[in-house]
Parts: sequence; C-alpha cells; structure tokens
Amino acid sequence: MERIPILQMGRSLLVTIQVDLQDQTALALQDDLADRIANTGANGVLIDISALEIVDSFIGRMLAGISGITRVLDATTVVVGMQPAVAITLVELGLSLEGVRTALNVERGMAMLRTAFEEDDVDAAS
Amino acid sequence: MKQNNPIHELLVARQDEVLQEWLAEMATSGKVGTAAHAEAAQLLAAFQAGVRDGDIARFDQPAWERTRDILADLSRSRAAQGASAGDTSHFVMALKKPLFTGLQQRLAAEPARLFDAIWEVSTLIDKMAQWTATTYQRSREDVIARQQEELLELSTPVVKLWDGVLAVPMIGTLDSHRTQMVMESLLQRIVDTGSELAIIDITGVPTVDTLVAQHLLKTVTAIRLMGADCIISGVRPQIAQTIVHLGIDLQGIVTKATLADALSVAMKRVGYVVTRKA
Repeated sequence: MERIPILQMGRSLLVTIQVDLQDQTALALQDDLADRIANTGANGVLIDISALEIVDSFIGRMLAGISGITRVLDATTVVVGMQPAVAITLVELGLSLEGVRTALNVERGMAMLRTAFEEDDVDAAS
Repeated sequence: MKQNNPIHELLVARQDEVLQEWLAEMATSGKVGTAAHAEAAQLLAAFQAGVRDGDIARFDQPAWERTRDILADLSRSRAAQGASAGDTSHFVMALKKPLFTGLQQRLAAEPARLFDAIWEVSTLIDKMAQWTATTYQRSREDVIARQQEELLELSTPVVKLWDGVLAVPMIGTLDSHRTQMVMESLLQRIVDTGSELAIIDITGVPTVDTLVAQHLLKTVTAIRLMGADCIISGVRPQIAQTIVHLGIDLQGIVTKATLADALSVAMKRVGYVVTRKA
C-alpha cells in the first residue's frame, strides 16, 4: 500500500497529497502523522490538497479528524489549496470542516503557521 | 401506392385550382403575405407526395417528413416575424375548404366514400395545424430559455475591486441554479487571482428568505474551505429585519450595510491604509 510522505520543515510537518486518496491510505496518513507529531514535537501541520480533485465524505471527515488529533497534540493544522469543485462538494455533503484552518496556497499557509507560532510563543512567555 | 385514393386523384387533376382556392380562402380572413403563394405551393407539393406515399391517417410516418419539415420552417419563420400561432395554423386550416369542395364534386354520387375522404382530410389537416402550433411553441420556448441563460450570465459578474479583493454584485432572486453559478465562478476567480477576500453584495437581491440565506451560507462556507474569507454587503434594513425575524444564523459572517463599508474593511484586512490628502 502506498503511503503519503511527511516532510519536516523546522517546526512544521508538510504533507502534500499528490494522488487520489484511498480510504486505507488516508487512515495510514492519520496514523503516521500522529506518530510524527508525537516524535518530533512539531507545532504545525500543513496539508496541501491542491492536486486532490475528488473527495467523498470519508476524506472530508478524515481531514477534520486529522485537525482534531493534531490539536490534541498541540499542533495547528492548515489545509491549503482546496480546489473549487472539492469545496463545493464538501459543502453539499454538509461538511464545513469547522475548526480546520484553510489557506489559498502553501506560501500563505506557511505564513499562517508562522503567525500561529508567534502567538503561541507570546502566550508561553507571558 | 393508393391509386384509387380520391384525395390524391383530386390533387393530381386540379392542383392549380386547389392552390388558387386555398389562397383565396386565406385572403378572406386576414392578410396574406407576399411569400404566401410560394409557401402554399411548396406545402401543397409536399402534401401531395405525402398522400401518394404515406398513410393518410398516420401523420407521424416518414412519408410525411417533408411536410412536417416545411410546416416547422414556416412556423419558425412566422414566429420570428412576430405572427401568432393562430395565424400559422389558420394558414394550414384554410386548405380544408378547397379540398372539401373538390372532393364533393368528384364523389357527389358516392356519399359513403365522400364522407370517408372528407373525414380523413379533415383529421390530417387538423394534425398539420396542431404540428405548426407545437413547433411555434417550441421555438418560442427556445427563445425564452436562451434569454434566461443570457440573463443569468449577465447578472453574475465577478469583479476585482482591489489587489486580493473580489466582489460579486448579485442581482435578482437567488435560486439554487444561480447560486451554483455564482459559487463556481467566484471560487474559480479566487483560485486564479489568489484573492483572500470576497465581497458578496446583495443590494440587488429583492428578498432574503431561509432558502436564499442557506444558499448564501453555502457559498460562504465554500469560500472559507478554499482558504479565503467573505464579507456580505448591501444588507438593506428590511432584509436585516427579515433575517432576524426568520431566526437565520449567519454564523459569524461579517455583514455590512454598503459595498463601501465592506471595501474599507477589506482594505484594512489586506493591509492597506487609505488616507486623504489634506
């Protein structure tokens, strides 16, 4: 079974999904990501889904699930590059991904994570 | 081949007389266009071929295809000229009288055959007239559908207000079809331009009910999923009241009274400062 690679960049983990997600692959990604966050102590996760053209309710729930898991592990998740068709599908499925941060592209997503880190640092310092 | 068909015999023997009488009959009750003679001759020829080759009781047969095509063209061109469906079917119905007269002369000695022949012709011509009415209606419906589509495209432009700020001035009632179109074009423009903010202006939306609000919420949710944000502007006082009375929850969406207010918020968020020269 293919696995989605997880790259580390500083305090963040970068996941780019380049293939159409199978349910098993998605579940494996969820496991791997949780392990990596716990091992590396990363504070941010960026998931790039710009190549993802088809979603179903399972993948939608999985995205929300990953976001919830990372939050428990004290990391912020940003989902970037969602295609219009994917967004419309998720809305029609009734999945608004409450609590998941989104950005237009990787660059803006990274900027969002940096801001989140700074806020965390300020909070921690005070 | 029906060699002994009295209608066909009549048409072969006295085609010109039938045509002249037909035109005269048309002239008695209304104006006859200049093209009427050519149209009538063409139609009569096709009609004769149909009677010769086809079953007179089955207008849907392939033998009548040419007649049907001519009638459809006639109906369409008349619809384009602004004639009513009644005018076109009257044109066809006027053929009854010369045919009846002709049949009566030929079959005066045989009342039973005369009755059958007249009945057949009458039914056939009724069907032809019906066919013109159907075609007329269909061509009008095509026109209406095209206009609706054009209206839909006209009323949903996505405009770039500023660097990173898009706006959609919505005009007319928001139904699910239109919302879908707005959503698709807006989301595509967000991807193309990399804009972070979209303003949906509902000044031109006459009423907001729960369904319209639901459509708006869907659009806003989709925009947020893409990683952009949305401001709704142009909320008129009556609409604000309706929204509250209906108990619609706009889920933390920023709403502004005018497009100018929305733009000023958008500029601030994108990081621009607007100052006025003293």
